Amino acid sequence: MESLLSPLWISLATVFTATAITFITGIAVARWMARYEGRMRNFVDGILILPLVLPPTVVGLGLLMLFGKNGPLGQLLLLFGNTVVFSWPATVITATVVSFPLMYMNARGAFEQVDISIENAARTLGASEWKTFWRITLPLAWPGVAAGAVMAFARAIGEFGATLMLAGYIPGRTATIPVAIYFAVQDGDMDQALLFVLIVLFIVFASLSALAYFKSKSYKVITA
Amino acid sequence: MNSKYALIISIVLLVGVFSGMGCSTPVTTVNVSAASSLTDVIGEINALYQKDNPNVTVIANFAAPGTLQQQIENGAPADVFISASPRQVDALQSKKLIVDNTRKDLLCNKVVLIVPGDSTLGIKSFNDLTGDAVKKVAIGDPDSVAAGQYARDIFNQYGIMEALKSRLVLAGNVRQVLQYVESSNVDAGVVFLTDAKISKSVKVVADAPDDINKKVVYPVAVINTGRDRTDASAYEAFLFSNQAGAIFDKYGFTVINH
Repeated sequence: MESLLSPLWISLATVFTATAITFITGIAVARWMARYEGRMRNFVDGILILPLVLPPTVVGLGLLMLFGKNGPLGQLLLLFGNTVVFSWPATVITATVVSFPLMYMNARGAFEQVDISIENAARTLGASEWKTFWRITLPLAWPGVAAGAVMAFARAIGEFGATLMLAGYIPGRTATIPVAIYFAVQDGDMDQALLFVLIVLFIVFASLSALAYFKSKSYKVITA
Repeated sequence: MNSKYALIISIVLLVGVFSGMGCSTPVTTVNVSAASSLTDVIGEINALYQKDNPNVTVIANFAAPGTLQQQIENGAPADVFISASPRQVDALQSKKLIVDNTRKDLLCNKVVLIVPGDSTLGIKSFNDLTGDAVKKVAIGDPDSVAAGQYARDIFNQYGIMEALKSRLVLAGNVRQVLQYVESSNVDAGVVFLTDAKISKSVKVVADAPDDINKKVVYPVAVINTGRDRTDASAYEAFLFSNQAGAIFDKYGFTVINH
């Protein structure tokens, strides 16, 4: 069941799933918040960014209390015969929660940079909200949105504290690379730890290169 | 600019001088690295030792024996090492990190199977763990946690290791196993009897087989740090005293008579 590289496959599966979820929800929420002018703006913003500033163990504890046997979501899932604690979906949940703020902040910043008069021009020409978003707003905001996705990806792959608390250490099932490194060191298996450190370094460098690439593609808006 | 630098440098020097002036009586420190299962009992013993020896400060560091072994091998300032299994002390001894003649067997303990206090799964033995209703079993990581190592030995002896492999949640130390069972996020766990006694929300449902319990020995040794060893040896001697013995008894440990 476990191969030497199983933490790599688990991490990749977790991170790609988490980044996909964060990407879609991050864009949706960012788009909404960019144009939201209500009084609750700062409060909602604060809540959405919270996992970024909280220590990962606090995030882990919060999720554990939420999804544990006695927590609200835990009890709800139990009705359907499912438990999240110490399962692979828990790794996706923690990775999503900690990487969401990065995606959200970058995407919102990008959407706010889009000149609203360009969007309005599209609307006056008869484009629906959906079409305006797809054809005008998103392409203009794309470099920032993509940068957000890359940062979310990098954060998700490095997630350790909350993952260990919610998903536990189950080799072959929930042992992501950071968790595997931690236990390899504890077990005195330095070769194994070093191997995974090198793998993570490679992935992170690739992500940073992608990030630099997207940042260089920012559109500059020239106003008359 | 010059006067600002002068002010900063003089402040730094003053702080250095004042912090270098210690108390009038030298306070010695004894660093004790002990297995997680000893957290409460050694805490109480250390308090007693410090009361009787006010010029000694005992600093305790609790973790899985494997972690402690790693720390010591990498030069952490440990003076006395109390492990929950002979394996880690053997490893340190082979690396010449143990002071000769200071290794002694201190305690015995028993390994037990526990379930959450409100468990309705009817688990009464280790073999019951292979039942369909048992979804998750917590044990310490066998490669670094003594209780996990003993758990693996028990599962191998009963021939249930293969069946349980996919249900195991590994923990970094035995107290974490205890916490997992207390929180009901796992269906059962393997800990020491002394750990189960600390908790109010778990039930002991089975004992490990006798031949495995016989192997559960906690050795103590003084680490070869190159520093003066008198205080460390004095502390180790105290662990074998009647006063310490009474405290070990209270928590359910068996003191080995020498």
